Amino acid sequence: MTLELSLNQQPAHARQGSSIGQPLTRRDGFLKVTGAARYAADNHPPGMLYAVLAVSSIARGRVASLDVEAAKAHKGVVEVMTPQNRPALAADPDAKDHPFMFRLDLLQNDQVRYPNQSIAVVIAETLEAATEGAALLSPRYEVLPARVGLDGAESFVPRGVGVGGPAVQHKGDVEAGLKSAKTRIEATYETPAQYHNAMEPHAIVVAWDGDTLSIDTPSQGLAMAQGRIAGLFGIAPENVHIRSPFLGGGFGSKGMISGPQILGILAARLVGRPVKLVLRREQMYGPVGHRAPTRQTLRMGMDGEGRLTALDHHAKTTSSTFDDFFEPAADASHTLYASPAIATSHDAVRLDTGTPLFMRAPGEATGSIALESAIDEAAYACGMDPLEFRLRNYAEVEPMTGKPFSSKALRECYRQAAETFGWASRPLQPRLMRDADGFLTGWGMGTATFPAIMFQAEARAVLKADGSGVMETGAQDMGQGAWTAFAQIAADGLGLDIDQVDFRAGSSDLPNAGIAGGSGHTATAGMAIHNAGAAVIARLADLATGDEASPLYGAGNEGVLARGGRLYRRDDESRGESYAEILTRAGLTEIEGHGKGAPDPASQENYAKHAHGAVFAEVKVDPDFGQIRVTRLVGAFAAGRVINPRLVRSQYYGGMIWGVSFALHEEAITDRRSGRIQNANLAEYHVPVNADVPSVEALLVHEDDPHVNALGIKGVGEIGITGTAGAVANAVWHATGVRPRRFPIRIEDLLG
Amino acid sequence: MRDFSYLRANSLDAARQAAALPGAMLLAGGTTLIDLAKCGVAEPDSLVDITHLTGLNSIDVNERGATIGALARMGHVADHADIKSRFPAISEALWQAASAQIRNMATIGGNLMQRTRCPYFRDPMNFPACNKREPGSGCSAMGGVTRGHAVLGTSDACIAMYPGDLAVALVAFDAIVHLGERQIPVDDFFLLPGTTPDKEHAIEPGEMITAIEIPGTAAARRSTYLKIRDRQSYEFAAASAAVGIEFEADGRTIRDLRVALGGVATKPWRARAVEDALKGKGLEPDAVRAASLLAIQGAVDHGANHYKIELAPRVVARAILRLGETA
Repeated sequence: MTLELSLNQQPAHARQGSSIGQPLTRRDGFLKVTGAARYAADNHPPGMLYAVLAVSSIARGRVASLDVEAAKAHKGVVEVMTPQNRPALAADPDAKDHPFMFRLDLLQNDQVRYPNQSIAVVIAETLEAATEGAALLSPRYEVLPARVGLDGAESFVPRGVGVGGPAVQHKGDVEAGLKSAKTRIEATYETPAQYHNAMEPHAIVVAWDGDTLSIDTPSQGLAMAQGRIAGLFGIAPENVHIRSPFLGGGFGSKGMISGPQILGILAARLVGRPVKLVLRREQMYGPVGHRAPTRQTLRMGMDGEGRLTALDHHAKTTSSTFDDFFEPAADASHTLYASPAIATSHDAVRLDTGTPLFMRAPGEATGSIALESAIDEAAYACGMDPLEFRLRNYAEVEPMTGKPFSSKALRECYRQAAETFGWASRPLQPRLMRDADGFLTGWGMGTATFPAIMFQAEARAVLKADGSGVMETGAQDMGQGAWTAFAQIAADGLGLDIDQVDFRAGSSDLPNAGIAGGSGHTATAGMAIHNAGAAVIARLADLATGDEASPLYGAGNEGVLARGGRLYRRDDESRGESYAEILTRAGLTEIEGHGKGAPDPASQENYAKHAHGAVFAEVKVDPDFGQIRVTRLVGAFAAGRVINPRLVRSQYYGGMIWGVSFALHEEAITDRRSGRIQNANLAEYHVPVNADVPSVEALLVHEDDPHVNALGIKGVGEIGITGTAGAVANAVWHATGVRPRRFPIRIEDLLG
Repeated sequence: MRDFSYLRANSLDAARQAAALPGAMLLAGGTTLIDLAKCGVAEPDSLVDITHLTGLNSIDVNERGATIGALARMGHVADHADIKSRFPAISEALWQAASAQIRNMATIGGNLMQRTRCPYFRDPMNFPACNKREPGSGCSAMGGVTRGHAVLGTSDACIAMYPGDLAVALVAFDAIVHLGERQIPVDDFFLLPGTTPDKEHAIEPGEMITAIEIPGTAAARRSTYLKIRDRQSYEFAAASAAVGIEFEADGRTIRDLRVALGGVATKPWRARAVEDALKGKGLEPDAVRAASLLAIQGAVDHGANHYKIELAPRVVARAILRLGETA
């Protein structure tokens, strides 16, 4: 889709030279603040009906009965979809052909395996009628006891964690390292279940036309969603057209198409009319993923100089009873701190919950808060400043693999952030700083890191005889600024000013842009765009340099520069001509080029690739009430090439605020008898409000990385959470002397 | 969501008549009612919209006190210059309640009718047992998630916390609820759950809150509302205190003291024992802290809400001492 820019609000400086590196405002910002941006649920095709899910009250058992007649008798209800009449699927929703295929609840039977599982869909002329119809189903259940909590079932060692990494890894002899240590610490930390809670609920508007599907739904991975839908319905992927121009947040929960979205498609099939299905907030607590809780135990040994002799990180986590996703929390200890012996291990229990899923910084966020807390404890045990301790254990090569880093400007991050924060005046002992109002004041720090991941993506570039360009890739903007950053890369790739480029994204009929996840979207789709631009410019240069009438005749591909809609001789920039002239003379209305983005296998093999950062936090704690407020956050991050510093800073801010949320606010609280989450709403599932975030600063540390990809891009979407959560926890300790071991940290933890 | 009829009342009498019919509910700001309708607790047959009635949104303040119309918006009252100067606790309680968006919509009368945030009460679909919704059906909260539940004023039938802020300050300063002709002290307007937790307010069918009257006192003029919570805004109180103080002419002996608690009880909780213990005494920190412990006399916890018993007296003591500092 093309962004319908109703105003050209780009600053003038963007129109000259390189677009990459310019702090452009969001090209979609005007549409969003005026309400003109059309999100999935804003669509309303003619004849559309409303579908509402009926979801299970119980965590485990079976649906014994549903009063379908009562629902159908309600005015406006058109149909009720249950396991009895649900249209057939071409594939088993419980099949798992590969680790990224998650089992879906699509009314395949009467079994209930978690609270809020879909048990029926009511389709009606109005949302209100469908909602009431769902209530009238009055389900009766055969109930089995819910398995709840980290000790709710027998634990086992999963075959793989995260995207399939080994659950247990080690190098060196951890026990020997601990034994030889002068100082040892051991600590256990618990993190809660968290839910993505994107502002925009999962929504789908779907219309069938024969065997083709027209779908509006938010998706972080259009081609994957297209393939999954095609497989389930036995139709060709090109018959599935998905539009997803804007996502109101995703955070991983919209990475894979979810069960409720498929149920919307099934409902439309059943009634033969377009259907809209939008999840209610509380229905997002179950079928669309969550971050699993963890209990992590870290053991560290240090020699007399504060050097790690051993690092052991064990994480226990949870998954559903019917599918596999295991939060790879302990893997956070693979990359940050040098130690001759490192061991990481995981075990898990299966509970009556929906399947956990990737949630912004999966593994890294949960692992980081425990690791950074433990590092803080270790530094204190050694009588060292936490920054000095981290520098003493600075990893010059990736600790677990011994690979060199493709780039690592972490020392500079530490230096800049510490200086800006004023860290040097921090007393070593806790509970020594008070402000003028008597609040206990504490300073803490954490190291941030996130791998520089790339997936696979494609792009198509077109140059037109009028001198303008088109760049197409099915990229997804979930608020991070893809519409803008990719247009900047496209402009430079095409050698055009940004307002001469029609950048098209957000639709499955465009080239596959891969997934907006893993902090890899800008690098992956960005490289596809860059390469597509290079390919079409190469064709244009062929035309020009092979044409005797051109001033570029004979310059050869390597001898030509593309800038501002013109090609120039590299050796003589006074000689050049415009794209329009070249194409017009060649009698072509347009030419095109294709490009791919993918990780380079050789550099994958030879280098460890990570973004890094350092975060410093100040908290104030009321000594009588245990009420915690974060008053200052300073982060410095090095993540390779910065495409747009304004957007990158926003990503860091968002991540850092999420880190505050992790440390102090977010927790899904489960009723242990029923297995139901009791705060499944935005009033009581807390994230920080503006007043909780008084001052956030994100410093961009320069970093050239020649190995990650030709553009030098790492990724910025998730790293801000890591480091920050631990920094806040460590600041709470420094303020109070109480070591947080359970997150989020609450008033009652500090009441004393 | 069931269909319901909607009536825009054009006079107070018409509103009261329509609201007296079975299944009828008054609609003012809608911030509570729509929420309760969405979670299936409120299932009105008819809504009587009173937002177009005139003369019910005034805020009158003079030497004798303040009279606030039932339809005055929370935000307007919070920001009213005379309320801020003569009843700071009222203004502060409102400022710390809900969010700016909600305060701009919600009315003072509706605020008094706000219902508990007990997650079991608010989830009839999944937790049928709730004595507050269905007398005699049982209590799902006991033995469940109780971090936000009451420790004071509970009964075997119900431990649901009263979540509001404004009424805590109103109780402290002996406000009077006007139900048309009938007037009732606000402390009596809110009922303890006892064996009838479904009955929360001393208001009868056909009655409607028309105004709230707050007597002007020296203690109200020197007052504050202190609210403690994990999040800086848009969260119900872990514990809160509305406190007002009046000193004798010597400037240190307490002549009048008002203390009420929020976030810890089944209704806005006047702590007269604390008041009585300190009246006639000087404002000594240790004595204040000791007396503040009387605020939680008889408190009973249900596990995760135990911390409220620790927290509440500290909040009371801080609020009293802070008022003393401003002497």
